Amino acid sequence: MSNERYALNKGLAQMLKGGVIMDVTTPEQARIAQEAGACAVMALERIPADIRAAGGVSRMSDPKMIKGIQEAVSIPVMAKCRIGHFVEAQILEAIDIDYIDESEVLSVADDVYHIDKTTFKVPFVCGARDLGEALRRINEGASMIRTKGEPGTGDVVQAVRHMRKMNAEIRKIVAMEKDELFEEAKQLRVPYDLVLYVHEHKRLPVVNFAAGGVATPADAALMMQLGAEGVFVGSGIFKSGDPAKRASAIVQAVTNYQDAALIAKLSEDLGEAMVGINPSEIKVIMEERGQ
Amino acid sequence: MRVGILALQGAFIEHEKIIQNLGAEVVEIRQLKDLDGIDGLILPGGESTVQGKLLRQLNLLKPIQQLINEGLPVLATCAGLILLAKTIDGEESAHLGTLPIVIKRNAYGRQLASFTSDIDIKPVGSYPAVFIRAPYIESVNDDVDILGVVNDHIVAVQYHNQLGFSFHPELTNDPRIHEYFLSLIKNNHHN
Repeated sequence: MSNERYALNKGLAQMLKGGVIMDVTTPEQARIAQEAGACAVMALERIPADIRAAGGVSRMSDPKMIKGIQEAVSIPVMAKCRIGHFVEAQILEAIDIDYIDESEVLSVADDVYHIDKTTFKVPFVCGARDLGEALRRINEGASMIRTKGEPGTGDVVQAVRHMRKMNAEIRKIVAMEKDELFEEAKQLRVPYDLVLYVHEHKRLPVVNFAAGGVATPADAALMMQLGAEGVFVGSGIFKSGDPAKRASAIVQAVTNYQDAALIAKLSEDLGEAMVGINPSEIKVIMEERGQ
Repeated sequence: MRVGILALQGAFIEHEKIIQNLGAEVVEIRQLKDLDGIDGLILPGGESTVQGKLLRQLNLLKPIQQLINEGLPVLATCAGLILLAKTIDGEESAHLGTLPIVIKRNAYGRQLASFTSDIDIKPVGSYPAVFIRAPYIESVNDDVDILGVVNDHIVAVQYHNQLGFSFHPELTNDPRIHEYFLSLIKNNHHN
């Protein structure tokens, strides 16, 4: 990936900021999401809650299904490939996808190496639980980061933990003396240049969204107040009682995330939220995939 | 000088930093009350469908339309330009619709077709333009001033108080387009 292409790919993530990216499994859901104000959709065969329920190996979606969604909407379309599965990524690039999510929601294809994302033209977003993971993914060529959270649970606790941890680690690096950054880079297993960037700019070099377990307008606003630049909502919308209304409420809550009176109004009469699973009830821990 | 920046969704912080560096005051527009006392307005890049929807839900569409029609200087980039356009190719309705042009959304294609190009922009000269899933302008009314063209497609226009660019001056380190916009605001004050 040339520097120019990398800048364009980081730029697209910048355009998504302040928005909500929604998981959709059909063209019809994609249209509902766009109509509700999604800034992009993630095309996948099964939403994380169903992947969790089904068990087994989960893979990249059928390209035909993804193309159907590309035809249904005018907003950017993202799709997931397995961690390390660079051929799935090549396929997604070949069908002109706008963003690839190298995602822990799917099964892991390579338990040592992530995809060398610098060899692609298409942009990648990757999950991270802390600053080290985020910077390692950026070093591999990711042009956008999201928290991993724990997908498909409807439980926001892990996304909160990951966002807080990343922010705390950024604050620590900002407070360091410059000559301490070399050792910090070694500890984080990342290049010095990236640590220096964080030290000087007080932030990641790319856009950082929240993902994993966001189910309500309040969850979304919580992540924004914690410093997320936008929100992914996976199972939370189409596993709820009134997807269109909930999706629209979450979009508005992300824009006015500091206006509690408005969020109160948005939270009224949304119908059933997705049921959700507590951390102690989960058998598959997705966040531990790909470190 | 107080510049409002529509902060519903998209790359508004990038505009804010440039305007602040140029010494003007910035206010983020998220609700009706934020419009009070602004001398100019920036409509940033992002997703026009999202921004258009939020403009309506927050009852901002009509008041902003009125301010622009009354002469408020406005700078629109990419999605912002789509909000301004009177006609959107292939769609039945427009958003603010104050700028008499026909615009084509995602005109170059998906992200793999995004590109950068040095182009000549009338008031500022050669400029490093960043096009991301960009629109272009298919046609303009006679009285719209064409400021820039790339590969035979119009990508920059001015119509009295309205400045529109299909690329992202907020993503480059070159403040000349924002400087030009601030000069429009100053002139507006003198008139």
